[in-house]
Amino acid sequence: MQYDEKRLTRIVATDCGSTTTKAILIEWIDGEYRQTVRGEAPTTVEAPLNDVTKGVINSVQELEELARLKYHNPNIKFMENGEFVIPRKGDIGVDAYVSTSSAGGGLQMMVTGVVASMTGESAERAALGAGAIVMDLIASNDKRMNHEKIERIRQLRPDMILMAGGEDGGTIKHVVEMAELVAAADPKPRLGSGYKLPVIYAGNKMAIQEVEETLKDKVNLMITENIRPKLEVENLGPARDKIHNIFMEHVMQQAPGYNKLMTWTMGPEHEIVPIMPTPAAVGNIMQAVARAENIEVVGVDIGGATTDIFSVFTEDFIFNRTVSANLGMSYSISNVLASAGLPNIMRWVPFFIDESELRNMIKNKMIRPTTIPSLLEELVLEQAIAKEALRLAFEQHKEFAVTLKGTQRQRDISEAFSQSTSGATIVNMMSLGLLVGSGGVLSHAPRRNQSAMMLIDAFLPEGITRLAVDSIFMMPHLGVLSEICEKAATEVFNKDCLIYLGTCVAPVGKNKLGKPALTAKINLPDGTVFEEEIPYGEMRLIPLGVGEVAKAKLKAHGGMILDKDKNKELEVDLYGGVVGIILDTRGRQPFELPPDPETRINSLKKWMRELKAYPEQILK
Amino acid sequence: MGQAYSAGLTVTENTVLRKERLLPLKGEVLVNKGDKVKAEDVVAQTLLPGKVVPLNLANKLGVTPAQLSNFVKVKAGDQIKKGTVLAENKGLFGLGIMKNSVTSPTDGEVESISAHTGQILLREPRIPVQVKAFIDGVVTDIIPNEGVIIENKSAYVQGIFGIGGETVGTLKFLASSPEEELLPEKIDDSCAGTIIIAGAFVRYPAIDKARKVGVKAIITGGIDDQDIKQLLGYDLGVAITGHENVGITIVCTEGFGKINMAKKTFNLLQKFNGAKTSIHGRTQIRAGVIRPEIIIPLEFQAEELTAPEIKLPVLEVGTLIRVIRQPNFGKIARVISLPEELTKVESETLVRVLKAQFEDGTEALIPRANVEVIES
Repeated sequence: MQYDEKRLTRIVATDCGSTTTKAILIEWIDGEYRQTVRGEAPTTVEAPLNDVTKGVINSVQELEELARLKYHNPNIKFMENGEFVIPRKGDIGVDAYVSTSSAGGGLQMMVTGVVASMTGESAERAALGAGAIVMDLIASNDKRMNHEKIERIRQLRPDMILMAGGEDGGTIKHVVEMAELVAAADPKPRLGSGYKLPVIYAGNKMAIQEVEETLKDKVNLMITENIRPKLEVENLGPARDKIHNIFMEHVMQQAPGYNKLMTWTMGPEHEIVPIMPTPAAVGNIMQAVARAENIEVVGVDIGGATTDIFSVFTEDFIFNRTVSANLGMSYSISNVLASAGLPNIMRWVPFFIDESELRNMIKNKMIRPTTIPSLLEELVLEQAIAKEALRLAFEQHKEFAVTLKGTQRQRDISEAFSQSTSGATIVNMMSLGLLVGSGGVLSHAPRRNQSAMMLIDAFLPEGITRLAVDSIFMMPHLGVLSEICEKAATEVFNKDCLIYLGTCVAPVGKNKLGKPALTAKINLPDGTVFEEEIPYGEMRLIPLGVGEVAKAKLKAHGGMILDKDKNKELEVDLYGGVVGIILDTRGRQPFELPPDPETRINSLKKWMRELKAYPEQILK
Repeated sequence: MGQAYSAGLTVTENTVLRKERLLPLKGEVLVNKGDKVKAEDVVAQTLLPGKVVPLNLANKLGVTPAQLSNFVKVKAGDQIKKGTVLAENKGLFGLGIMKNSVTSPTDGEVESISAHTGQILLREPRIPVQVKAFIDGVVTDIIPNEGVIIENKSAYVQGIFGIGGETVGTLKFLASSPEEELLPEKIDDSCAGTIIIAGAFVRYPAIDKARKVGVKAIITGGIDDQDIKQLLGYDLGVAITGHENVGITIVCTEGFGKINMAKKTFNLLQKFNGAKTSIHGRTQIRAGVIRPEIIIPLEFQAEELTAPEIKLPVLEVGTLIRVIRQPNFGKIARVISLPEELTKVESETLVRVLKAQFEDGTEALIPRANVEVIES
């Protein structure tokens, strides 16, 4: 059910995270939806309070206080007697209350399939898309011995299992064999021992009876449509919906206070708006924005322990999400070093540092995760590590966001010699319109220019790409809000959620150092004109404020191109932001840093100076 | 052992400790409430379910899963020995010629036989698991079928990071000052079975010599990450440790790099030189913080076992702190003021700071996030 401003004039949305519950107020003011105040309080899902609603009440109280101050109106109130007043009556109450949740470790799942790269991957995609952390994918062909699989299933204590396998009418034996392994492991749910583990079966429908016989006494088995009814068809919707239902009805029920919270989240007609897993809500808003603006979007949330990447690509707005469970900036920082390797981190550092000193610094951050870089040198090092964490997480994302594997495609003559095969990534940096970063290291960098540089170096946007950060991570709230009011969600997303950094222009291709790469003539709104033939291997920053638009004539040289149609010349509007327009002629595909350390350090210093990323003292 | 994250490690000469010693699965508790136990005593035991051994019987016999029931000699729940015939066919023409039989590869029990896949699941015999007391103390509570609570009075030091599991030994001082690096020459056969104490640093050659002579554990101020890598044979990814099987337990009190052991910790350990000590290197930074522990049991009377009030570390003027990030990493200081306004530090980050005075009298502004309270 969708509402508009006639029914929704004041909405409270909360996101109950593992540590903090964040509340925002969205209001219809002067003909538009705006996010007006926000409050936060510690999440209270653990002892001694053991009731998530306490944290919600505290965060909403802060909202009320701030709203009273903002409007100089002491009568404003959203809750009475510890409950929301819905719908709003003048100063009292709100028209809707919605919430997302990732408290208590979020939703943790195990998935199974027959062939890991086909039904297994589809099951993984369904679980990730539904906002889960996938603890393991167990498939008939995953090279582990059966007894090892049983051991593994037993050790994991997921919130639920999603079982896929076989197209309809295809293999039964392998699917039932997997059910037998699950039955032998007799898995137990993570929260509470008083209920049976929910298991969703979304595989070959011809195997349903056998799977039921094998599993019905051991687990709480639920059947839904096959996730991969045919090899060339992926049907994730029913499995995702089932995961959400189970998350609400079984998993959340076990978390303290959620029974109460689930009755609070409602729209103006008192109809329940289900609590969403936080990442699923982020997926929702990103798809809504991609549709509304007709653009492709990539979002990243880099935390202390994990990095989530969300993307919406292709004309069908296909949404993908990946969680890189061990790439993060504090708890997992040392794993970034182990995965990326020291040389990859050092390639972003504009000074020499002893290996053992760097290793010890990283480990000290790991064991004391709440410390902050006080020295400039340590800030630069942390941001270098962040670039590698983001790069690795994005690589994993690109490998996962692919067309269906194992299918045959009919090709026309124009494709006969192209390399595209089934399983190719759908992530196309050239057609990407918007790149959004969030998470401490990106949102709270002392200079926004540093956030822009981290996004560019890690993601290597191609052609013309807008850059932004979601500084308070409002995307979850807007994602669940879009369930009842897409208009409010997308309006607030555009006006209040994002801080636009600016636009990156990066011609794709290789050239020779010093040779012309890009001629840019940019007419700025204040009447000045930027005009330069920029050599290969450079960066330029042209200030252009938030909401400002510049008319640009761009021409790429040598073998370089500017957009997905391989145009070498473009006339486009470039959008500003708190940083401005960044012209990057360092090349793409390949993007190469000078191999010689001294030359590389000099280049890094030149780029960092041009982008005003760091104070001069460290770039001397 | 899990606790809410607090920016402070406990170093105290006298505290009442309460340790839960629990089985991984329900089982039998072997002691009674009020019993005095030694660290080495087994307090609870259970039998873990044996490993599941899957076997595709139909394939091995060369029949279809549906036909299998005609040839199976066992049923679910049967106890079996290694070599027990699980299934056999009748041979050519039912005469036993070229008869084929499948025998069990293990002792155990038949878990299930599937007519859909032709698979038999066997379960190996149960595996006994024992839980030891780990500390000398008194059993103050029994959790039926699960384990016990043991309490004692101890001198107690929390480390910041460690590797290796639980062990017990006597403390042996090898450092003459908190600034000293422990060199291999100082370690000899007399160190076997002991927990040795270094000052600021210990390198791989010394660690290697220590484990060769049979040292149980090393306590050090700092350690180099490259030495840990060499010791483990891999780069430590996430901070979940304590399960390493490297023949020695290591506990760092300060962090990575050469860092002087805090004087208070050094003096405390020195005071208890020769005392029986329980130690583990278990560290977990995420979700329910676990830090390594050094526990030196003291003599006590039962009535002394009243748990101390849990005090959250508070930063106020006069609080003793340790700096836990560069610059001044590892230095001890006292808080002299707590300015409220946000302050821009060298990295241009806007943070809340405190003003502190170091032991040599110099003063500095330090981000509040970069200190920990030294608790007593």
